[in-house]
Amino acid sequence: MSEQGGRSDAGELLTVRGLVAGYGAAPVLHEVDLAVPAGSIAAVVGANGAGKSTLLRALSGMLRPVAGQILLAGEDLRGVPVEQLVRRGMAHVPEGRGVIGELTVDENLRLGGLWRRDRADAGRARDEVYQLFEPLARRRQHLGHQLSGGERQMLALGRALVGRPRLLLLDEPSLGLAPRVVAQIMALLRQLRDSTGLTVLLVEQNVRSALSVADQGVVMALGRVVRAAPAERLRDDVDLRHAYLGF
Amino acid sequence: MERFVFLTFDGLSRGAVYAAFALALVLIWRAARIVNFAQGAMAVAAAYVAYSVTAATGSYWLGFLAALAAGLLLGAVVDRAVMRFVDHTSPLNPVIVALGLVLLIQAVLGMIYGNEFRPAGTPFDRAALTVGGFAVVSPYDLFVFATVGLMMVALAWIFARTPVGLRMRAAAFAPEVSRLLGVNVGGMLALGWALASGVGALAAMLVIPTELGLHPNAMDLVFVSAFTAAVVGGLDSPPGAVVGGLVVGLVLSYVSGYAGSDLTPLAVLVLLLAVLLVRPGGLFAPVTARRV
Repeated sequence: MSEQGGRSDAGELLTVRGLVAGYGAAPVLHEVDLAVPAGSIAAVVGANGAGKSTLLRALSGMLRPVAGQILLAGEDLRGVPVEQLVRRGMAHVPEGRGVIGELTVDENLRLGGLWRRDRADAGRARDEVYQLFEPLARRRQHLGHQLSGGERQMLALGRALVGRPRLLLLDEPSLGLAPRVVAQIMALLRQLRDSTGLTVLLVEQNVRSALSVADQGVVMALGRVVRAAPAERLRDDVDLRHAYLGF
Repeated sequence: MERFVFLTFDGLSRGAVYAAFALALVLIWRAARIVNFAQGAMAVAAAYVAYSVTAATGSYWLGFLAALAAGLLLGAVVDRAVMRFVDHTSPLNPVIVALGLVLLIQAVLGMIYGNEFRPAGTPFDRAALTVGGFAVVSPYDLFVFATVGLMMVALAWIFARTPVGLRMRAAAFAPEVSRLLGVNVGGMLALGWALASGVGALAAMLVIPTELGLHPNAMDLVFVSAFTAAVVGGLDSPPGAVVGGLVVGLVLSYVSGYAGSDLTPLAVLVLLLAVLLVRPGGLFAPVTARRV
């Protein structure tokens, strides 16, 4: 593992070693190493096709890795079924957000807490999400497909938060959203990190906003990690930006 | 007028059974995107279990409960042991497998029970009561209405109000996302099959005594009517299945009452064809595109 972000003293929540994964015979990810300290925000950036979404899918078990190791708080996740990962504290908000359009806003949120034994706290978490996202509270009984893009992102994020995850995997949270909404969501992630110690791994094409919110930046290209460093250092590295990030 | 009233109640009574059977088809369609052509044979198998239990214990009600239990179990087994392994790349595959199941189940029932009609008893009298001079409805018809109504309320409550119902709907609409949220999608699918098959068994228990009796092929024609009912209502709509069932029941009753019972199988097919031509998605199909 190369350089780390500033919060490594808290210990690593997510550790990835030599991860190889892909679709069919050809791997998309080649020997990916990654470490995300607890209570920090890591942003995986890179061009389209760099393997960012594939990385998240492999982490959350939607895609079975060919080789390598994924540790969540030191526990090996090999062979753990997808539906069990949420019980280990991992929440994955997939690309396209995964709001279930045929269910109401309230049903989507309840679904996020159904696996929990502590029903009372699941209810409290749902109330907190409604406080956090005002527009959702006003549209509880609306169907998912009646929501705007920004509301859907709020709902997908809120639904993950109802499970009170330790690690939040976010795939392209800024996709298709107005800059103002993106800024709100990024600010919220920071706030959650500070108030609850939430750890976030987000994958973004919107490099500028991702690196502005993250503690640690990971640059991927063609299925490999080419650089991992504190986010502000990546922001200031002109050569790197030109070579891999295109701004 | 008296004849019309009688035919209407008779049609509603048959229609209630078609509605239940159509609802079972809709449940599996929504959960697994499979039209379960084996449903008739599965329901008959459950009815034979009831027959055996009733013959051994002398109690209709023990047989009734046994049929429900057998239906639930058979549905889960068919999903876990057969349908789960069917390749879904072509929608024809599950259809062919379901038809194979029909042959298998009917052959096994024939080997065990023989291919003759056996009389099936009813817990209530089937002679119509006269109300205000009209012969309207039999105690057994009332039992059919009450049972089907109760079952529909129970299903609606399970799906709309309970956590497991929410899981089942989520698993059907978005299996991948549901898994990420901790839903055991495979288990929900098996449960969906079990519920549908239980509903089918219930419908078979209600309808078989009013037809020729118990036979491995006893539900074949009922299946055609119920399938029509499901298509009339739209395969995706549970309320549509109920309305479709009642419509088909009424149409068949009027046709057989006024035009002769020889024409009823033809009437079903004409209705099916008409709906497919005019509204292929069914009367209750949502107007807007479903997927976003």
